[in-house]
Amino acid sequence: MDENLIQDRGVAGTVRPGRAGRAWQGGEAEAAIRGGVAAARAHDSAEKHVTGAAHYVDDLPELPGTLHLFVATSARAHARIKGMDLEEVRKAPGVVCVLAAPDIPGENDASPVYGDDPVFAEKVVEFRGQSLFAVAAETEALARAAAERAVVDYEDLPAILTVEAALEAGADLLPPHEMRLGDARAAIEEAPHRLAGEIAIGGQDHFYLEGQIACAPPGEDGDMTVYASTQHPSEVQHNVAKVLGLADHAVTVKVRRMGGAFGGKESQPALLAAIAALAAAKTGRPAKLRLDRDDDMVMTGKRHDFLIGYEAGFDGEGKIAGAVFEQAARCGYSADLSGAIADRAMFHADNAYALNNADIRSRRLKTHTVSNTAFRGFGGPQGMLATERVIDRIAFALGKDPLDIRKANFYPAAGGALTPYHMEVTDSVIAEMVEELEESAGYRARRQAVRDFNRASPVLKKGIALTPVKFGISFTTTHLNQAGALVHVYKDGSVALNHGGTEMGQGLFVKVAQVVAEEFQIDAQKVKITATDTAKVPNTSATAASSGSDMNGMAAQAAARTIKERLVEFAAEAWKVPTDQVVFLPNRVRIGNEELSFAELVGEAYLARVSLSATGFYATPGLHYDRETGRGRPFFYFAYGAACSEVAIDTLTGEHRTLRVDILHEVGRSLNPAVDMGQIEGGFIQGMGWLTSEELWWDADGALRTHSPSTYKIPTANDRPDDMRMAIWQRGDNRVPTIHRSKAVGEPPLMLAMSVFSALADAVSAAADYRAFPDLDAPATPERVLFAVEEARRRAEGASR
Amino acid sequence: MGRQIRFLLGDEERCLEGNAPSQTVLRYLRESERLTGTKEGCAEGDCGACTVVLGEPDGKGGMAYRAVNSCIQCMPGLHGRQLLAVEHVKGPDGGLHPVQRALVDHHGSQCGFCTPGFVMQLYAAWLTGEAKTRGALKDWLAGNLCRCTGYGPIVEAGLEALGEGGHGRGGEAETARRLAALDNGAMLRLSGRDAEGREQRFFAPRSLEELAVTYWGYPNAVLVAGATDVGLWITKEHRHLPVVIDITRVPELAQMKESETRLELGATVSLARAAERLFAIHEDLGELMRRFASVQIRNCGTVGGNVANASPIGDLPPAFIALGAELVLRRREETRRVELEDYFLDYGRQDRAAGEFVEKVVVKKLGPASRFGAYKLSKRFDQDISAVMGAFRVEVEGENITAARLAFGGMAATPKRAKAAEAALIGQPFAEATFRRAGQALCHDFSPIDDMRASARYRLLAAENLLMRFFLANAPTRQGGGVPLRLSELA
Repeated sequence: MDENLIQDRGVAGTVRPGRAGRAWQGGEAEAAIRGGVAAARAHDSAEKHVTGAAHYVDDLPELPGTLHLFVATSARAHARIKGMDLEEVRKAPGVVCVLAAPDIPGENDASPVYGDDPVFAEKVVEFRGQSLFAVAAETEALARAAAERAVVDYEDLPAILTVEAALEAGADLLPPHEMRLGDARAAIEEAPHRLAGEIAIGGQDHFYLEGQIACAPPGEDGDMTVYASTQHPSEVQHNVAKVLGLADHAVTVKVRRMGGAFGGKESQPALLAAIAALAAAKTGRPAKLRLDRDDDMVMTGKRHDFLIGYEAGFDGEGKIAGAVFEQAARCGYSADLSGAIADRAMFHADNAYALNNADIRSRRLKTHTVSNTAFRGFGGPQGMLATERVIDRIAFALGKDPLDIRKANFYPAAGGALTPYHMEVTDSVIAEMVEELEESAGYRARRQAVRDFNRASPVLKKGIALTPVKFGISFTTTHLNQAGALVHVYKDGSVALNHGGTEMGQGLFVKVAQVVAEEFQIDAQKVKITATDTAKVPNTSATAASSGSDMNGMAAQAAARTIKERLVEFAAEAWKVPTDQVVFLPNRVRIGNEELSFAELVGEAYLARVSLSATGFYATPGLHYDRETGRGRPFFYFAYGAACSEVAIDTLTGEHRTLRVDILHEVGRSLNPAVDMGQIEGGFIQGMGWLTSEELWWDADGALRTHSPSTYKIPTANDRPDDMRMAIWQRGDNRVPTIHRSKAVGEPPLMLAMSVFSALADAVSAAADYRAFPDLDAPATPERVLFAVEEARRRAEGASR
Repeated sequence: MGRQIRFLLGDEERCLEGNAPSQTVLRYLRESERLTGTKEGCAEGDCGACTVVLGEPDGKGGMAYRAVNSCIQCMPGLHGRQLLAVEHVKGPDGGLHPVQRALVDHHGSQCGFCTPGFVMQLYAAWLTGEAKTRGALKDWLAGNLCRCTGYGPIVEAGLEALGEGGHGRGGEAETARRLAALDNGAMLRLSGRDAEGREQRFFAPRSLEELAVTYWGYPNAVLVAGATDVGLWITKEHRHLPVVIDITRVPELAQMKESETRLELGATVSLARAAERLFAIHEDLGELMRRFASVQIRNCGTVGGNVANASPIGDLPPAFIALGAELVLRRREETRRVELEDYFLDYGRQDRAAGEFVEKVVVKKLGPASRFGAYKLSKRFDQDISAVMGAFRVEVEGENITAARLAFGGMAATPKRAKAAEAALIGQPFAEATFRRAGQALCHDFSPIDDMRASARYRLLAAENLLMRFFLANAPTRQGGGVPLRLSELA
């Protein structure tokens, strides 16, 4: 009997060196694999998305007995809880259990770092929407109805609700921080020109279409599995373990995909997962917690709003001699990730400009509002927007085109200039890119045309601006720059890929699969993409900081290479050829003079007892940052981009439209241009929403009144200008060895939308015949634009008297 | 008498009894049918992730299809209709439908959560032949939010897939016949318990007479038409609605009549149906309807609903008040007429007795001496609730203004005329100075509030400026074009 057949091994079992090895028999030898690196391959789930077959957590079949949770939240911004009577809640129909702080076996904390985000409030509540207790019932409706029966007795305490109020109260949540380069104060004082001002920059809700959700089926031994919609499975795992009083190994978190995240599912999902797991642990029944849109928007953190004061000294050509930025961030009631976010705002106070002498100061303020959190750009956008305001004002002061001021201050391509954190910028391509965009967008002629239009148009005014983006890539918390992957090759030559990165729509999974396909030289469809799972790859960092494909791509490549090296070694030995004669060609392997399919070689290796599974690991090299001195190299490299936007405003109402956008964005050598273009366009429109129509509005009692799409307005299809000309910069490269020399693309394009904001300011200035520079804050709602017009006109009149 | 909800789910017949009348179509699909392709993004009809297509016999032997938000549509609305969800959309070979294929080819999905809603919204256009141009398609999609793509790829996919549109689903005559057989034409009477176990009764009368009698019997019942407001009472406020009367199956209420001087709109005429007639009165009304919520909402929401619920920020009341409009109210046998502006008594309080309902709105058309403008201001251009809505009708004889009706929404607790500003216009020349004075008088008419949509200061200033826009748009110097006045006039 042939043992190979018993094992149902198929064809590969018959291959032996020198016997069955042969020239490729599958017709013409393939020139290239399908779906390798640089292919514009569709999102791996595209067909499932359009048919409704893609499963999100709420779509998973519910196990019998699944409980549904509702979280009751604080009705006060800041109060002492004098009493909380939950008796009637427990007695309500359908209720199985009610959970509050005393029911937590482990720690009452779901925070990422500082231990200051209680799962359930005890003694004190610090924002309207803070979790008080949870009800687990047979249905969500019954859980919600039961929660209404609670009697909570509050004693109100003074509440701080705004950045201004927090500054006045000196309410620092985290210690202030400072970065210094040279002597900014002296440089400003000695400069021929000086200016100072302030800009308020609003926050932003993530508005991922899929709200926060977690479902926890309990296991044996008190173990817990959690299906969560999270960018950070390891942190969810750790928090669930912490709350349940378990070791991390007792908790498994799985994420196949999210319906959008944008940073909002980095630290925020831990609370939900912890509550679901707590209910599951208490009852022994699976428990699901899904926030509806309103609860989601009220309970979860947002982009930080900032108040940024600035001073700058410059010469007659607009070259900056020195700049001081005073950044004040509203962190909300707890630290969450605010320290790193406020740091990143500081790291980006230079945007693409050599400030020469800089003093960047940061205050991290406590308010009695929801704890603000990560959001695409992670503080960077706010820091950069203030810088662009400075540039626009310098241009106004000197009567020059802002683009000339920008160009005069770009980090030089040759290197030599230091950031305010003393890192030399050696990869600056911004001048070259801006030159190219200026040309392709016809910027100068259009700027003139805009001015001509404005002269003849009393009501409508147009504006135009071309702004750059330079964005630092790496977690600035150095230890987070690590990633792991797990690759299995099965006997039939199919490959299963797993890594610590999560798929939130950004196309990470398809990109990493392309990397693995490229490594093995097999078609991408042979690489099975699998759900992120803390039991497969441990101790992962959040899929965040735009680092997903950089880090997981490298880790997956390393895993694939390990297996490939074993295959090469095996083939060289079995076929008795030197290793350099084992060559991976598209879907086949040449060994000496013979060719085998990839599957055949794998089959042989299996029979020869070669391990076909490997882990891969990657740690970004060369990073260091000393927070004490504010010096180091926190970033592996910078990603660049530029955008030119033309807008029009209605000076009677403040309404405005974006008429045309030209974008040139750099992604190094693209892993997948289709996915990258998607990030560029999507990021731009999201940034435009942040700076125009998306306004968070709290009432005087600290209640968020914009908590659903009827009041919180993200862009629609009609807000996207018809005339959008976007391109990936063809000369893009990466000077550091990233995965196939690609660059990160998740966050940087969001900041291309600063061009819209600067263009709006230009249009407002036009309404005052360019005789006053407008104090326009973000978001530039019709109301802010109209008031800025009125105010600019007033000042222009004042100036002419 | 119908005690069952009978409809087609795709092409399969369903017959439901005892379901809560307030159960939403979305919940039914996801929970009862385990068809989870349809998503909940907001549960208020603002994001489009839950979009499904409803079909009904078009009365001509075929089918009429429209996209609706399943999150705020309740199950009784399915009776005698066909429900199509993303799972029912397939290509001729059982594979991807052209709309789905195009979305994949153009990279129109990223996270994919909004995608089934876009598929259904595009599929509705594919069936009906709507949204043929880029501009029309973007309007068509304005009720579907996507947070990932920036929309470009979706619009491109739509343009490619829709082509000439009007493809139909195939087998329409057979579907219409099957549906006719499911509905015996009797008043639907349902009862059940809502999600919190509270008793509910539901009636869907089939004639004006039946409605009048039923409502007289249950004067505290909630009348529901498009459910674009009442749906939110269920999904957001979790209100108990003990008795609901659905008025959309009363044919008399769905009629539109028109004469030289008047337009009569039955209470349940949908915003989508009314749009064309209103556009014919004035292009500003067409623009207002284009921006009125979304296609899905306009397909359900009704003229009567927008007026009768008396929201201070409904968009039709100011427009109708400015034109001049009467409500015809009915209770049992009696009907009475009331000037629309007198119907709004105070916030949440209307001149409507128990058991009385809005039968129709009668709107006065414009005459040769009329100047008209209707302007909506909101944070976002599309699908937003007005911060300020101004509608103005002015009669001009020679150089002078002889009559003025200036109506505003968002400026007071009800939609309201600006009497002081009107007084500043009447008898005066149609000139800039006149409108400036009228604008300055607005502060005597209104003391608006600060809220999340706008500050009081903005509201007052913008209202004043809208009068100026109205003047500029109708100024004698403007005749025959000139510099663009509104953003929509820019290419």
